[in-house]
Amino acid sequence: MSSADITGDRDISKPDTASKGDIAPERDGPRDTGMDDARLHRWLERTWRTPPGIVGALSSVDHKVIARRYLITAFVFLCLGGLNAIAMRIQLSGPQRGLIGPDLYNQLFTMHGVTMMFLFAVPIVQATGIYLVPLMVGTRNIAFPRLNAFGYWIYVSGGVFAWVSFALNMAPDVGWFAYVPLSGPEFAPGKRADVWAQMITYTEVSSLAVAVATIVTVFKQRAPGMSLDKIPLYVWAMLVTSFVVVFAMPAVMITSTFLILDRLVGTHIFNPAEGGDVLLFQHLFWFFGHPEVYIIFLPATGMVSSIIPVFARRPTFGHLGLVLSLVAVGFLSFGLWVHHMFATGLPKLGASFFTASSMMIAIPNGVQIFCWLATLWDGRPVVRTPLLFVFGFFFIFVIGGLTGVMLASVPLDLQVHDTYFVVAHFHYVLIGGSVFPLLGAAYFWFPKISGRMMSERLGRWHFWLAFIGFNATFFPMHLVGLWGMPRRVYTYPAELGWGNINLFISAGAVLFFLSFVLFIFNLAHGALKGAPAGNNPWNAGTLEWATSSPPPSYNFARIPIATHVEPLWAEREALPVATGLRVDARELLISTVAEAHPDIREKSAAPSIWPLLAAISVGATFVYSIFTPWAVVWGAAPIAITLIGWFWPKGDPEDEE
Amino acid sequence: MKQRPAADISDLPTFGHGARSPTWWGTLGFMALEGTGFALAAGAYLYLATLWPSWRLSAPEPNHWPGTIVTILLIVSLVPNHILHRYAERCAMLPVRIGMIVMSLFGIAPLVVRWFEFPALNIYWDTNAYGSMLWVLLGLHTTHLITDVGDTIVLTVLMFTRHGYSGRRFGDVGDNVFYWDFVVLTWIPIYLLIYWMPRLG
Repeated sequence: MSSADITGDRDISKPDTASKGDIAPERDGPRDTGMDDARLHRWLERTWRTPPGIVGALSSVDHKVIARRYLITAFVFLCLGGLNAIAMRIQLSGPQRGLIGPDLYNQLFTMHGVTMMFLFAVPIVQATGIYLVPLMVGTRNIAFPRLNAFGYWIYVSGGVFAWVSFALNMAPDVGWFAYVPLSGPEFAPGKRADVWAQMITYTEVSSLAVAVATIVTVFKQRAPGMSLDKIPLYVWAMLVTSFVVVFAMPAVMITSTFLILDRLVGTHIFNPAEGGDVLLFQHLFWFFGHPEVYIIFLPATGMVSSIIPVFARRPTFGHLGLVLSLVAVGFLSFGLWVHHMFATGLPKLGASFFTASSMMIAIPNGVQIFCWLATLWDGRPVVRTPLLFVFGFFFIFVIGGLTGVMLASVPLDLQVHDTYFVVAHFHYVLIGGSVFPLLGAAYFWFPKISGRMMSERLGRWHFWLAFIGFNATFFPMHLVGLWGMPRRVYTYPAELGWGNINLFISAGAVLFFLSFVLFIFNLAHGALKGAPAGNNPWNAGTLEWATSSPPPSYNFARIPIATHVEPLWAEREALPVATGLRVDARELLISTVAEAHPDIREKSAAPSIWPLLAAISVGATFVYSIFTPWAVVWGAAPIAITLIGWFWPKGDPEDEE
Repeated sequence: MKQRPAADISDLPTFGHGARSPTWWGTLGFMALEGTGFALAAGAYLYLATLWPSWRLSAPEPNHWPGTIVTILLIVSLVPNHILHRYAERCAMLPVRIGMIVMSLFGIAPLVVRWFEFPALNIYWDTNAYGSMLWVLLGLHTTHLITDVGDTIVLTVLMFTRHGYSGRRFGDVGDNVFYWDFVVLTWIPIYLLIYWMPRLG
C-alpha cells in the first residue's frame, strides 16, 4: 500500500478499462480521494442516508437503524417478560393465594421463559453486535444489509405473534422447552403448543440470518490491516457466537418442525406407540438449548473484555488466551447437552462423560475471569458505572458457575432436579452472566449511540438497586429449592412453611423490577438532557470511538486502517485512513480473511422495502401453517414474488458495475 | 479525530469470484446451517433406527428406482455445472446463458422424478415413525431442490436481461453453481439412508 497517489483529483469520470469478459464498463463516479471534509460529508450523507418518510424508514438497511430497532424491541420484550415474572411472584408471595389459577400460571411461566430466551436475550446480544461489529471492524454497513433488515422484521412478527396469542388466551403453556409428550397431539389439544413451535421458527430464522451476516462482516469487511490478531475481543466473541448459532439453532428448528408435523399431519416422530421416541425431543432440543446459554453468555464476555481495558487504563492482559478461551467455550458448548437430561434414566457411563465435559467448560471460563482480574490488577482502575456492572457480573456469575459445577454431578442433580435450586442457578448464570454485562454495556456504549452521557449518579443507584434486588430475589431460591419446593407450581400449602421466604423473594423481585424503572428513567434522561459525549468520552481504543457520536449513516468518512488491536491508542496523533472509494454509490472495502488486505471495492445494497414484504409473506405463512399444512403451498407464491422483488436489480448505482 | 491518508484503494476491482466475494461466504454459511439441519435429521433417523430392534417396523422395502434415477441425474448434472462455473469465472455471456438453461433443465428433471419417489417409499408419513422419517428426509431435500431450481430459473432470466452484463451477476452464477453442488452432495447420504439402509436390516 502506498500513499503516493493520494493527491490526484479523481472527481472526473474515468471509464474502468480493467473489466474482462462480457461486462459493461464501470460507470465511475466521484471518489473520496483529496475531497475536502465538508464536501465528502455531503456526498456520503446523500448516498448512505435512510430515505425520508414512512416507506423510507421501513426500507432502511442501515445497520445502526436496524440495531436500534432491535435493541428497543428486545428491551420492550424484557419488560413484558419481567411483568410476567412480577405477576408470578405476587401469586407466590404467600401460600394458596388465589390471584392466578393454574392455567394462566402455566402460560405465564412459559411466556416468561420464551420471551426472555427467544425474544430478549438472543436478539439483544445479536442487536448489540449488529450495531457495534461493523463500527469496530471499520466498515460502513453490515454484510447482507437487506438480510439483516429481513431478520429484524421476522423477529418482530414472531414476538407479536406470541404476545397476541397470549392476549387471546392461546399462549403456550408447556414450559419454554415444551417437552413431549406434554406438548404432543395427545396431551396438548388446541393451538397453544403450535404457537410455541412456530414462534421458535420465526426467531431462529432471524438469528440465523443475523449470524451469517455477522460472520461475513467479520471475515470480509475488516479495515485494512486488521489481521486476525488485531480483531477486538468483542468482535471475536460475536464471531464465535455466530458460529455457535449456525450449528445450534438448526437443532431447535428441526425439533419444532418435527413437533408441528406430529401435531398437524400425524407423523409419529415423538410417538413411542408407533416407533417414535420422546427422549429424541430432549436430545434435539438440548443440542440447541445448551449452546443457547453460550450464545447469550459469549457476547457478554466480549462486552466485559471491551469495558475492562478502558477503565483499567491498560490493554487487556492475555488477549490470545481470551480469544482461545472464547473458541474453546464455543466448541465445548456442544458437548454438554445431556446434563439437562440426567433425570431421564440415561446410561451411567454416558452421564459421567457429560459430567466431565460440564466441569471441563469451567476451565476456559476460568481463564477468562483470571485474565480480566489480571488486567484490573495491573491497571489503574477508574470505577464508573460500566465497571460496577462488570464487578456485579463477576460476583453473580461466579456463584452461578459454582452451582453449575454442583449440578453437573448426577447425584446432586437428581436431588434438586426441577426445584427452585435450578431456577436460582440459571438465573445467576443468565442474569449474572449476560444481563449485568449488558447493563454495563448500555452505560458504556449509550454515549456512542445517542451522543449523550447517562447520569453517573443514577447509574450507581441503579447498580446497587439491581445488585441487591437480584440477590434478594434469587439467593433464597437456592434454599427453598433445597427444601424441596418444585418449580412451575402455581401455589403451595401453608403447612410446608415456605411462605415467609417466598414473601421475601417477592419483595426482592419488586426491588429488582424498580431497578429497571430507574434504568429506563436514566436512559430517557440521558437521551434528552445528558451531557454531550463527544467522539470518545471514555478515551477508549477501538474503532467505533473514532467516529462521531452518534455515527453518521456512512460510519466513517474514510475507511480507517488498523495498526494495532487498540488502534486509537496506537495512533494518537492522526488515524491512518484509506482513500479511493466512490462517494456516489454505497462502496465499501472487502478485505482478505486472514490478513485483511484490501481486495475489492464492493457495493453495499441500497434501501429496499422488499425485505419487509418478504418478512410479511413468510410470517403469514408461518401463522397460517399452524392451521393447515397447505399454508406452505399457498405461501410459496407470495414468498417467491417478494424474494424476486428483493433480488431483482433496480438500476441503482449499487446494482451496476 | 484527525486523519492521515495512508493507502490508496482506488484501483481495486469491483467484484471477485469465489472465496474473494462475501456472497460466497454467505452461501457457505447457509450451507453450514442447512447441512447441520440435514445431519440432525439423519441423526434422528439413525437414533430411532438403533432404538427399535425391528426397525422398518414391518413396513415394505422402498422401491429405490426413482431415487436411483434422481441420483444419477444429480451426479451427471455436476459436469455441466462445473463447465458453467469456468465460463462464469471468465464472464463469457453466451456460454453462461446456455449453461444456465442447461442447469435449469437439470434442476427440473430430478424434480419430476422426485414426484414419483414419494409413492415409491411404499409407506405413508402417518403410518409409523419409520414412514415419518422417510418423508421428512425426502421432504427436506425436496425443499432444497425446489428453492435452488427456482433460484436458478430466476437467475437464468436475469442473465438474459441487460442486468446480466455485470461482474456481480457472473459471481451470482458462480455461487449458484456452488450451491447446486451442495444440493447434490447432501442427497447422497440421504439416498443411502432412505433406500439402502432398510435393505441392510
